[in-house]
Amino acid sequence: MSPKTLKYILKRIGLAILTVWVVITVTFFVMHAVPGGPFMSEKAVSPAAQAALEAKYGLDKPLLEQYFTYLKDVVTRFDFGPSLKQRGRMVIDIIRDGMKTSVKLGVVAACMAGIVGIVLGAVAALRRNKIIDKIIMVITTAFVSMPSFIMGSLLLALFAIHWAILPANGSTSKGLILPIITLALYPMAYITRLTRSSMLDVLGQDYIRTAKAKGVSGVKIIFGHALKNSLIPVITYFGPMLAYIVTGSLVVEQIFAVPGIGRAFVSSITNRDYPMVMGTTIVLAVLIVVMNLISDIMYKIIDPRINLE
Amino acid sequence: MDKKFTMHVDVDAFLPASDKEKEYMVQMRPSSTFFKDGVKRLLKNRVATISFIIIVLITLASIIIPMFWPYSYDSMLGVRPGRPVDPSYNNLQPFSYGRTELKKIEAGEKVFPHVFGTDSAGRDYFIRVVYGTRISLAVGFFASIIVLIIGMTVGSIAGYCGGKVDLIIMRIVDIIYSLPDMLLVILLASVLKMTLGPALAGTALEKIGSNIISLFIVFGVLYWVSMSRLIRGQILSLREQEYVLAARAAGAKGSWVIRKHLLPNCISVVIISTALQIPNAIFTESYLSFLGLGVNAPMPSLGSLASDALNGLSSYPFRMVIPAVVISLIVLSLNLFGDGLRDAFDPKLRN
Repeated sequence: MSPKTLKYILKRIGLAILTVWVVITVTFFVMHAVPGGPFMSEKAVSPAAQAALEAKYGLDKPLLEQYFTYLKDVVTRFDFGPSLKQRGRMVIDIIRDGMKTSVKLGVVAACMAGIVGIVLGAVAALRRNKIIDKIIMVITTAFVSMPSFIMGSLLLALFAIHWAILPANGSTSKGLILPIITLALYPMAYITRLTRSSMLDVLGQDYIRTAKAKGVSGVKIIFGHALKNSLIPVITYFGPMLAYIVTGSLVVEQIFAVPGIGRAFVSSITNRDYPMVMGTTIVLAVLIVVMNLISDIMYKIIDPRINLE
Repeated sequence: MDKKFTMHVDVDAFLPASDKEKEYMVQMRPSSTFFKDGVKRLLKNRVATISFIIIVLITLASIIIPMFWPYSYDSMLGVRPGRPVDPSYNNLQPFSYGRTELKKIEAGEKVFPHVFGTDSAGRDYFIRVVYGTRISLAVGFFASIIVLIIGMTVGSIAGYCGGKVDLIIMRIVDIIYSLPDMLLVILLASVLKMTLGPALAGTALEKIGSNIISLFIVFGVLYWVSMSRLIRGQILSLREQEYVLAARAAGAKGSWVIRKHLLPNCISVVIISTALQIPNAIFTESYLSFLGLGVNAPMPSLGSLASDALNGLSSYPFRMVIPAVVISLIVLSLNLFGDGLRDAFDPKLRN
């Protein structure tokens, strides 16, 4: 690895750490800017009990002190404090429970989107301007312009209610099929378009012409030469795709009642479970930032032609 | 006459041009401006033209239809003052009527049909969809304008000043750019919703609703970064272009260079990315509405209509399908039109 690459990686890591710190800070101060504090929704609390509650959760201390305590707990022990609404449970435990389902959902959706998208994109590029290319492009264009919650509701209406072939409730593993498809469709369509355009780009390169002139077979050109190089832009989409899947899972888990972290996040917003909102935001943000970091670094290492500036 | 060097000017070279010589100078067709050229290219692009027509039709419909439609988006038809609520108006199928309306029809009166039926509270669904479209379009448009103004100001400051100012601004932009935007949008929207509500009570802004205002604030805070990056890059690269140097060398003043060279080249990029920002904003708004963080009830937006329809999905699937189709149509045609604009006005980006 050249020193230039190393310098770039260090710079990117520095920026990622800074970003995570900004997320924690913004989340903390934004949540504490809500008038009345987190216990305002519980109306029937006497002033004494209120003070006791605040003392218990450390809310009576000055804001800056609270901030540094919170920062220290988060960074050293991943401790986001106790949940306000689910008594006796720590936020990190709720997150860990939710993550089990959500990670399964997200990973399968991402793999499906990647595999199907690359294959469809390659097919479309090879059959450029033929009928199959046009069909693929029309369908992917439609998928790209449909919000995930609408896609999810339509799939639910068709497969779970109209034809009743798949369960609508996502708490079983068979019930995860529809949420996975919902989450995968948008990135799949995006990857298809990305692969198609970059494949077309690569197929016009000189080295492909050289390979053809040497008499290399069509299949070998595609798998040996074209595909590998045309996948480079797809790698850059890896980070944004994860961000999409994370935010998409918020509504998809809501629609299909999947017991994952997305649903926990949305319900913690509606019932004002502040430590839970903060904790989930931070965990998901770290996840997205780290994935972006990995995809950026991979991109630079894989393709040495890319200028690091 | 023998040729020799003189300081005298050759008078023959300054004779008026003959008719034959003049023919070479005739313009074959009037010169085209940058804008005319772009419009011509845009009109040739059939997909973009059709998309544009669809957008105009939807926009006009969402403005004009509420003017003459006999129902309003928030009146519950079954509710009459001084009488018990008439449940026959709730959840009407398309083109069916409530009990008192049926009586009127029997009596020979004309009743305006409920084209899409009514919702669970007995409100005419067609007008709610039209109103929701209007809200979604307006939110998308104004959010993009906010992004445009902030992004353009910051980007051009960074581009013009350069040096330390540029460095600091670009670091801030880098950090905001790498923040997971959707999560912070949800966070800010949920907090602003609670904070702004009481603060706005009694002011003119109350009518718009705290949620839409917080949506605008969120857009203003988070989404200007890509626009400002774009404009900064444009200004930096345009400043160094040869034609700017040539214009300067030919004696053009700064204002001329800005008006004739920098702005026209910048503006196409600005318009294109604003156009592509609108569907983005509509997407975000509908997403937030779906999570219950969008417009304030009873005001509808396409996202909140879809979200409400989720409860009665098995009995009234069309209530989900209609806003879904409208929102997809709007986003799709805006995207296609934006792509067409880019192809037409920014030939450099075409591959």
